[in-house]
Formats: sequence, structure tokens, C-alpha cells
Amino acid sequence: MTLAEQIKSRFPNLVLEAVENRGDQVIVIKKEGIKNIAATLKNDPVFGFNMLMDLAAVDYLHWEEKAFRFEVIYNLFSLLKNQRLFIKALVKETEPEIDSVAAVWPAADWYEREVWDMFGIRFKGHPNLKRILMYEEFKGHPLKKDYPYNKRQPLVGPVN
Amino acid sequence: MGKITAPPYRNDREAIGSQKANRSGGGVTAPPPPDASPNLEKFNFMTTSLNEAIGWARKFSIFQYPFVTACCGMEYMATACSHYDVDRFGAGFPRFSPRQSDVLFVVGTISHKMGPVLKKVFEQMCEPKWVVAFGVCTCTGGFYDNYATVMGIDTIIPVDVYIPGCPPRPENVMDGLMKLQAKIQAQKQEI
Repeated sequence: MTLAEQIKSRFPNLVLEAVENRGDQVIVIKKEGIKNIAATLKNDPVFGFNMLMDLAAVDYLHWEEKAFRFEVIYNLFSLLKNQRLFIKALVKETEPEIDSVAAVWPAADWYEREVWDMFGIRFKGHPNLKRILMYEEFKGHPLKKDYPYNKRQPLVGPVN
Repeated sequence: MGKITAPPYRNDREAIGSQKANRSGGGVTAPPPPDASPNLEKFNFMTTSLNEAIGWARKFSIFQYPFVTACCGMEYMATACSHYDVDRFGAGFPRFSPRQSDVLFVVGTISHKMGPVLKKVFEQMCEPKWVVAFGVCTCTGGFYDNYATVMGIDTIIPVDVYIPGCPPRPENVMDGLMKLQAKIQAQKQEI
């Protein structure tokens, strides 16, 4: 049984899919389960995913086959077992919100701020959810696919 | 205890006068009177216009403020180090305070978030001041055309010399530096 399948058998209601893609273990989950799964993956010595390598999001705006617009992707690494895992949490366009995992991995703090800044996905329970890259005066979230690619919001100087 | 005496006062005019006297042929002519005008050719003076002289002084004392934001900074460091010796152009002394510097070197991509900072640094510099756009990102925005990047710093502050290149080679930078020197020399010097 692969690692992804192990996790699926542990959380049968929360994990939608467990696949192995070119040697990478991937689980696709409901966003309601992220806090529970994250805490288990970190604290249970069977998994020992004590390191959050990356946290990003993808906007599937024009993908017909995707029922959910956003995926928040967690890239985990276990220093104990030397293995990696990708978690994809599905987020709807109408409800761009997911639980924060900053309490589980403190490294998630700035990653979640970046995802909020670029994609406008709110993280419930985040200690300081504000923009990290763009300036406070910036309107909108520039990496969303419906942000106009030629829209400029300069602080000084002309709109070029 | 011996008496301390001051050394005899030596007047340069007198000295020059007496040298002239000594050289001018063994006591045939009388030494000039002490209030005669000194022989000015001994002072090696030259005449020029004030404008030219100030321009010459300013073009060889380029105190630069390196406003380094991106990868061009490495090339700037390579140029500023001893291998290329920008001190030949009087530009070997970077000041890290805008109030002490003459030339603002904007080195690297300027984002819209950075724009107000750049403008404030420029406004803090004392006149006379010049701006060099170092690298293609500062000249035009370069290959960036997105929500984050300023499309050329001349939309924010006036620019005197553009040094394109991604990054510019040190030879290119020195070419720009010499063009800046020529510009400083040729302009009307505000005092």
C-alpha cells in the first residue's frame, strides 16, 4: 500500500483521491479536512511530515473539467522518513476560504499570506493575514486568471 | 637657558624677487625695490572660464548612490571593484546616503511598490544631481510587462544616462560613465 493510500484509509471521508504520479505521492482532499489531516501527518510518527516545503495555489478558471476553481497545494517533506507528499485541497470560487495550517507548521504563515495576496483565498485562523508582496493600496489579486493582464496600479507616475 | 628666537620671517615675494635678482647677472643691475610686482610666471597659473572649471571638478568627483534592487547589482559590483577601476573617473566612492551623493545609480528592476521609495531617495539628494538608469529594466522595464514592474524609471524621475543591457557589461557601464562625465562637463554649472 502506497503512502497516499495509507492516508486515504486513515481518512476515508476526507481524502477524495490517492494517486501516485511519476513517483510522487498525491492526495486530493476536501478543504474541510486540511487542519485534521495536517496535524496527523505532522504529529503521527508513522508519517512524520515535519516540514512544509511549499504552499501554493492554482487557478483553474478556464478548465471545463474542473468542478472547483482553486486548488491549494501543500508540499510536505518528512525528514524522518525521507519522503514527500503533495496535498491538493479543492476550493470553490464562491467560497474562497480554507483553514490555516500556520498553527501546525509555522512556515505556512508567509506562504498563506502570499496565496491570499496573489489568489485572494482567505485562510481562517491565520494570525496576520495581510498582503505580503503587493502594496496595501493594490486592488485585486494579480495571479487570478480574470485579473486583466495589462492592468497597472502604480503608486507614483503614470499608468503605463 | 638660551633665548628662544622666532625664525626669520620669509616673504615669498621677497624670495622670488631676490632669486630674480640673483639670476639677472651678478650685480650689474640694481636689485628691484621691495614693492615691485612679483614675477607671475613663477606661479604656473592658467585662465579658464568658471563654468569649465566647475564642470571639470564635478565630473571627476562623482559620488554615487547605488540604488541596487536586483541582479544588475552583481554587475555593478564587478564594475565598481578594482579590476575595472572606476576611480579613474572619480566614481570610486559610493555613498550610502542620498544626501552625500551626486549621482543616483538605479541598478535593477523597480517595482511599483518600490517606486515611492525611489522618488523619495531622489528628492533627498542635493543639487546638482544626476540619475543613471543601469540595465534594461530601469531603462524600459525590460522583458517585464506585468502588474508589478515600473516600465522605465523615467516615468518617476528624470534620467540623464541610460545604460542598457541585461546586465550591461562593465565596458558598457564605463561608456555610460564617460557619457555622464561629458554631460556634466558640457552643461551650465549651477552654483
